[in-house]
Amino acid sequence: MSNEDWGLRESYTFDRNTIHEIQRAANTGLYRIRGWGAKRPLPTFDDLVFLGASASRYPLEGYRESCNTAVTLGTRYAKKPIELKIPITIAGMSFGSLSANAKEALGRGASEVGTSTTTGDGGMTQEERGHSSQLVYQYLPSRYGMNPDDLRKADAIEIVVGQGAKPGGGGMLLGQKITERVAEMRNLPEGIDQRSACRHPDWTGPDDLEIKIQELREITAWEKPIYVKVGAARPFYDTTLAVKAGADVVVVDGMQGGTAATQDVFIEHVGIPTLAAVREAVRALQEIDMHRKVQLVVAGGIRSGADVAKALAMGADAVSIGTAALIAIGDNDPEYEDDYRKIGSAAGFYEDFQAGNDPAGITTQDPELAKRLDPVKGGHRLANYLRVLTLEAQTLARANGKSDVRSLEPEDMAALTIEAAAMAGVPLAGTGWIPGQNG
Amino acid sequence: MAANTSFDLEEITVRQANQALQEADAGSFTVANPKGVHALVCGLDAPLEVSIDGHVGYYCAGMNKQAEVNVDGNAGTGLAENMMSGKVHVTGNASQSAAATAHGGLLVIDGNASARCGISLKGADIVVKGNVGHMSAFMAQTGNLVVLGDAGDALGDSIYEVRLYVRGKVASLGADCIEKDMKQEHHDQLRALLDAAGCEGVETSEFKRYGSARKLYSFNVDNVDAY
Repeated sequence: MSNEDWGLRESYTFDRNTIHEIQRAANTGLYRIRGWGAKRPLPTFDDLVFLGASASRYPLEGYRESCNTAVTLGTRYAKKPIELKIPITIAGMSFGSLSANAKEALGRGASEVGTSTTTGDGGMTQEERGHSSQLVYQYLPSRYGMNPDDLRKADAIEIVVGQGAKPGGGGMLLGQKITERVAEMRNLPEGIDQRSACRHPDWTGPDDLEIKIQELREITAWEKPIYVKVGAARPFYDTTLAVKAGADVVVVDGMQGGTAATQDVFIEHVGIPTLAAVREAVRALQEIDMHRKVQLVVAGGIRSGADVAKALAMGADAVSIGTAALIAIGDNDPEYEDDYRKIGSAAGFYEDFQAGNDPAGITTQDPELAKRLDPVKGGHRLANYLRVLTLEAQTLARANGKSDVRSLEPEDMAALTIEAAAMAGVPLAGTGWIPGQNG
Repeated sequence: MAANTSFDLEEITVRQANQALQEADAGSFTVANPKGVHALVCGLDAPLEVSIDGHVGYYCAGMNKQAEVNVDGNAGTGLAENMMSGKVHVTGNASQSAAATAHGGLLVIDGNASARCGISLKGADIVVKGNVGHMSAFMAQTGNLVVLGDAGDALGDSIYEVRLYVRGKVASLGADCIEKDMKQEHHDQLRALLDAAGCEGVETSEFKRYGSARKLYSFNVDNVDAY
């Protein structure tokens, strides 16, 4: 490492990554497109800690006393709400961006522990419907593969207004991933770049959305919970408007949320961190007296049971994971280190989900690469990971004396930074100070 | 075939009317007093004949399969959106995004259609006897849009394989949309569409065809001025 030579001083402003990007841009004339989510340092749930039990709060016994993790989503209007055994769901990821085996693995893993998975911008595949005990069907601007039969097969419908990685952005599935099957599902020619629209073709604004929700309910006999998913842009207003439009569930996706293919400048510079978005979404629900009546699902950079517990403590009803789920089934596996190196990446760094050459066989449509992912093993790995998240969240809840993970509350936490205290609305550790609220 | 069944929306709700129609296997039905209600007769999936006596709101006949729906009046936004099959006919005008993302079937609009007619079309056929508004067939993928009148600005912007037939003036073409030759197969196809829509006395020779130049099918920095 050059930084071991104290005669060399790296520029903070022009660090090696910045210099490399300028050189890459100068060589290609193209902006950088990649997968994954925001990679730069951001305020996160790590900036919060739980206080645990003390003289005024008594804890629950870790291996004996029960701590509920079940949650029901869609209790507002839907005749058939979704009942989850754990408050952790799998976020929308498309067949097309992911292989069929990867979709199957996600379905298997989620089903094994009693939670839901979600389609993406490519329609519903038999693999994921067949292997997902509870499947949320995304209603996206592109409407690729949208049809009333699949709508009725779904257990819930998620109207996607935006996603955390790119609020206000559409998508592009590059031609190298457009196989015959993907093309057929999307009614487009094989091998060409496929744009995913950034806004819905037949509604604009919350008043239209209300009517759109009515139509979807009419088509599905008012049975299915209707989620509205927004990227974390203006979560207070977006949550309020989604509720006004008739949503059963609001999904708020922070800027750490993943993507299959988006401009790097979009990923890193649009939207607000998940930590900041949760508080605003909860505040919106509380102000209109709809907290816990309309459920809130939070996504974007959830990695551990601590993240799950902190999101719930701030007032979410459940969380959703995407990137972490892919890692659990085998993404960035060191087993393929040599293959990552061959394509100019490394295990732990691979982010070119758009390229279709994923050594782990997950973000690809190459049949040989896709074979590398065993959907049964991948599914079991995901189930294991979800169990760990759940156990960790329960551990933290019991330590704070809670017999239900959703009984965690902001008062159970302290912030380690002034920024986190302001964003999360919890006191700076060792003080009673919440910036902006009490001085 | 069952006898004609009548629903009066002054007596029953949209939900009740939709539920009865969604559960019917066959028959002909009349819906009275629609008064611009939304999401009327959406999600049908049987060879029904449905006549609506008056104006309808948003998303009338949304996601229609098999049914033949006739609206004697005007239609709001998203008429026959995501239609899969069947036929929808409106005697008046249609608002924005008519037949948005429709996969199959035929939409006939006797009057004008507003902006974004046939947006993201995925295989359906549309015949508009009047004019269409701006951004019609935006990002349309496959299917046919026939316009007997004029087309507004940016017709066919960023289209894929849709065929556009316009008899009148086109205010402007959108990105990657160009005029194309009318070959015999196009005359034949257009004739069939005109006949299906009941356009008597209209000759296919009066139309020009527009489609994708296919230059923007793969992202290329050399095309950056077109984006």
